[in-house]
Amino acid sequence: MSGASGQRPRKNPLLRTHVPLTPPAARSRIALRLTAAAARGRFELQVCRRCAHVQYPPREACERCLGLELDWKAERGAGELLAETTLHHSHEEYFRLRLPCRIGLVRLESGPTLVTFLRAGARGVGSRVLVAAHLDRAGQAVLVARAVGEQDSMAEDRALRELTCSARQRKILVTDGKSATGQALIRGLLQTGAELVWAGTAEPWKPAPGLDELARDPRVTPVPLDLTDSDSVRERVAQIGAKVDILINNAELHRPYGIGARYGVEVARAEMDLNYFGLLRLAQELAPVMRARSADAPASAVAWVNILSIYALSSFPAQGTFSASKAAAYSLSQCLRAELQRSGVRVMHVFPGPLDESWNEQLPGPKLSPEALARSVLGALEDGIEDVYPGDLAQEWLARWREDPKVLERELAAGG
Amino acid sequence: MSGRARYDEVVVAVPVTVPYVRYSIRGAHWFAARALAGLLSGSGLAKSAIDGLCFSSFTLAPDTAIALTQHLGLTLSWLDHIPLGGAAGIVALRRALRAVQSGDAAVVACVAADTNQVHSFRRTLEHFSQFAQDAVYPYGAGGPNASFALLTARYMREFGVRREDFGKLCVAQRQNALAFPHALFRKPLTLEQYLRARPIAEPLHLLDCVMPCAGAEAFLVMRRERARDLGLRAVAVLATSERHNAFPEDALQLRGGWALDREALFAAAGISHQDVDLVQTYDDYPVMSLMQIEDLGFFAKGEAAQFVRTHSFTTDGDFPVNTSGGQLSVGQAGAAGGFLGLTEALRQLTGAALGAQVANARCAVVSGFGIINYDRGLACGAAILAAQTP
Repeated sequence: MSGASGQRPRKNPLLRTHVPLTPPAARSRIALRLTAAAARGRFELQVCRRCAHVQYPPREACERCLGLELDWKAERGAGELLAETTLHHSHEEYFRLRLPCRIGLVRLESGPTLVTFLRAGARGVGSRVLVAAHLDRAGQAVLVARAVGEQDSMAEDRALRELTCSARQRKILVTDGKSATGQALIRGLLQTGAELVWAGTAEPWKPAPGLDELARDPRVTPVPLDLTDSDSVRERVAQIGAKVDILINNAELHRPYGIGARYGVEVARAEMDLNYFGLLRLAQELAPVMRARSADAPASAVAWVNILSIYALSSFPAQGTFSASKAAAYSLSQCLRAELQRSGVRVMHVFPGPLDESWNEQLPGPKLSPEALARSVLGALEDGIEDVYPGDLAQEWLARWREDPKVLERELAAGG
Repeated sequence: MSGRARYDEVVVAVPVTVPYVRYSIRGAHWFAARALAGLLSGSGLAKSAIDGLCFSSFTLAPDTAIALTQHLGLTLSWLDHIPLGGAAGIVALRRALRAVQSGDAAVVACVAADTNQVHSFRRTLEHFSQFAQDAVYPYGAGGPNASFALLTARYMREFGVRREDFGKLCVAQRQNALAFPHALFRKPLTLEQYLRARPIAEPLHLLDCVMPCAGAEAFLVMRRERARDLGLRAVAVLATSERHNAFPEDALQLRGGWALDREALFAAAGISHQDVDLVQTYDDYPVMSLMQIEDLGFFAKGEAAQFVRTHSFTTDGDFPVNTSGGQLSVGQAGAAGGFLGLTEALRQLTGAALGAQVANARCAVVSGFGIINYDRGLACGAAILAAQTP
């Protein structure tokens, strides 16, 4: 048994389950850019295009030259702790349950003074700190300062642990334990210190190479789960739903071709049935259960991960019907994210480029290995990131899409 | 010295306090109405004689001052709404003085009124400003306690001030409050009790923090002859200042706008610091009282500890401060907290103290401080008032 996987404290069954609470979620529209960057794991501040002034809090204009063209640029976060305090009182119920809580004023080397949460190591006026942006339980960006060199997980900090969704000591359902990605995810989860992993198998009577071996680990339990079958989903959620802390939905049907290379709708319908309706079936059954358990001490439901595809952003015509099913799943997952927002359960979108698997044989590289995908997902859970684009190809595609979706559409129509 | 016109022909009179209560089910309009009624009964003027209104509140929403004209049946030739919190009193005074001086209004009622329902303070904090909403409140929702804890901690470290020093000021103010009928805290306070109070946001403990409450403060500004004709005891204004967002380059607030304006202020008043008989600060936290006294020039920057240890701040002390008890002992009735020092100074300078009278009080300095928009208070103001020679 791995050292990191000590049993989490048992819940006292006599204590009531807390109702979900979230920290203050209101932000101005301009401040949401901080959240948008944090959702991708980045800390960005406004920089004036004209005079290069760095400013915070976010403003509609440059405080120095009144320039209106403000770019959000990556901020290193290095600064000096100017003052610190420990709060023993809060006006919000969410924080009252998590007191005491340390905050400070940090002057960044780039100029602005920030109010931030302080990690345990960030203490002492004049000490050097590094500031990063994280999503809080309301899904909004907050700034956290840590001591230079401080590595300990925020998961150990009473006030800050909910900025992460670490798989450590958690119970996780992976909806497809048979696929290469599923098994890479399960291996990664075990290494991270997951307490229990349920591995869904859609057709349990078929041999599942690899899974039988993984299931020798007492922490891995294969369970029948077919997302195209409402009864199967209902049964499984009734059985284990109230214990699932993290759901990773990696089940997918993936076939090549667009419209002209195939006749009939059967393949496209099968893709939609699993990739889109499968998510819908699962969300209808499991999301209410996870929402209710999002404040369940000492461990609670924290994250719902959907493995989508970079093709969800813009159709890859060579795999057009698959792209369409993933675009539909993406849209539905945004809806799920909105519905779970008030509970604090984080919905994470993973947008891999083509995976290194048999249905992508005809594609040139680079292709993402299942292990690399699993590493991205686990790292994102640890850091509490909301949108993940694993691999070089996904990153490049994202950059092109952010620059101009129309240009990308033309490029993809021409073959990539 | 600036070429600003003096206020020779204008005076301030009729200090009104609508008694404070911890919580009220009334609206801010109710407190405004009582304050206005107090101004009328105190002056003998008819409502129709009030032709100017300068109003401040945190809890009048969705209304602003214009709605009050209809709510309270006022017809005015001059109206101002001053959302400056703790600086509202000083700024209202400045606006009203010039309005009367210029003839735009004959009698201006300056009123600050706030209610306090159980949840109103939290609601005010939640959306206090865009910066507070985006960049302060999500960090533990400590409200102003958190912001002032940070600057108090740094001030203590920078200038060698100890909790005992703040405590001495708080204990003296409580002593002053014991005689003031409107104070919500009227039990004697010892330094030991101050030091033992539970921590709120270190280094701030419970008795460093004001208690939000409901209430109102008000006064009238009019021409000198008018006040004399009405038989009112009035006070002259020797000089005033206001300064907003001073020292934006400071990484953290250890000084306020008074430091920029004190020379011109005292020069315009034609007095020296030794001539001042009492000081009313905006004491939302004791550190701010010291910073105001310091930046107004009563002691050199950084010498707060020495100053506190060598002076006494009660009404019978050698440096009377917040002679009614200040907000720390009277309560903080929203924007009325920014008027409290003015109404108290008016009473002291006319020999009409409701509590203990400072002997031979002839000259008072009143300062205001308001609006923690993000990491610091933005609005600073001060006024030097003098008793009129009979």
